[in-house]
Amino acid sequence: MSEDTTGPSASAPLFEVFVRGKRGLNHVHVGSLHAADERMALHNARNLYTRRNEGVSIWVVRSESITASSPDEKDPFFDPSGDKAYRHPTFYAIPDDVPHM
Amino acid sequence: MFDNAYEALADSADDTRWAFGTGFHDALSGVDTDVPGETDRDQLATYCLMLGDDALVHAQRLTEWVTRAPDLEEEVALANIALDLLGQARLLLARAGQAEGAGRDEDALAHFRDEHEFRNVRLAEQPLGDFARTVLTVLVLSSWRLAVFQRLRHGPDPVLAAIAAKGVNELAYHRDYAAQWVVRLGDGTDHSHQRLTAALGDVWPLVDELFTPHEIERGDLAVDPAPLRAEFDDVLTTVFAPAHLETPDVAPRSGIAGRTGRHGVHTEHLGLLLAEMQSLARAHPEATW
Repeated sequence: MSEDTTGPSASAPLFEVFVRGKRGLNHVHVGSLHAADERMALHNARNLYTRRNEGVSIWVVRSESITASSPDEKDPFFDPSGDKAYRHPTFYAIPDDVPHM
Repeated sequence: MFDNAYEALADSADDTRWAFGTGFHDALSGVDTDVPGETDRDQLATYCLMLGDDALVHAQRLTEWVTRAPDLEEEVALANIALDLLGQARLLLARAGQAEGAGRDEDALAHFRDEHEFRNVRLAEQPLGDFARTVLTVLVLSSWRLAVFQRLRHGPDPVLAAIAAKGVNELAYHRDYAAQWVVRLGDGTDHSHQRLTAALGDVWPLVDELFTPHEIERGDLAVDPAPLRAEFDDVLTTVFAPAHLETPDVAPRSGIAGRTGRHGVHTEHLGLLLAEMQSLARAHPEATW
């Protein structure tokens, strides 16, 4: 799974894997893997990332299809929101029986 | 405290601690494990050994790939399949021990029986050779076993039926995994196609045995595999077409006086496999780990 592997998948494209657990949560990024195509990527993801009953749904997407923000832009991108506590809904009481907040 | 390990992880309570890894279930939960009074116990015990040994021996072969697979992904996939089969073997051997009523548990049956007491089909004990032969063997055995388990789900023994119901989803995945690779290799390069064709020549002579029932497999408790041949051939034809494979015209490998794996008559490979599998338990009979 690392870039310097010498196995057959070294030349295969990299895929990012997203798994959705139970209880209506959203898909969460869990890792990446090599596969020759999308179908093999789904099989590999099933075998590597859901063997402990972690998921009910898997997404795979070619890593090259993801456009990511650059670490160089980190400050201008994210710093401006750092001092704006009033944007958080912290002034509401959350009932005890509401999960996943 | 919980009565079993699954309860702590169960979905039953309104349990919001776990986003992942919930909803485990015990295949035999809620199933009455007493052997029904009218059952022929010897027949049930022997039939469970047959199905259990198929899984145990095939699982032992598959684990030989661990640390040797072409890819980490395939290594985990093959180990997953082996673990599924080992799980089936444990339940089946435990049931065999209950039916037999002689105090032998799954470990005693796995580790302290000799070669001639194993009832697995001979294909399960063959060395897996290269990756092509491995996926082809998984395809053949899982397609055959899936057809049997789909019927066994509705069989008269409640425990066997529950084990089969659990196994059906596992085997359907094994078949899907193996079929995917058979098509890739068959439709891949000249070299991969050649390897797969050679593997087919090795595997095919042992396919007839799968559909030649032992008398116990013709009994009321069992699923007779003979009528399942047409369904099996359909599945393989569907996979072989895109893989550019044709079923070879080879003679079935005979047993000794009509006796084969189901009778305890095996090839030279089973003894070596058992020696490796059983040596630790026999050297340290009381060991736990």
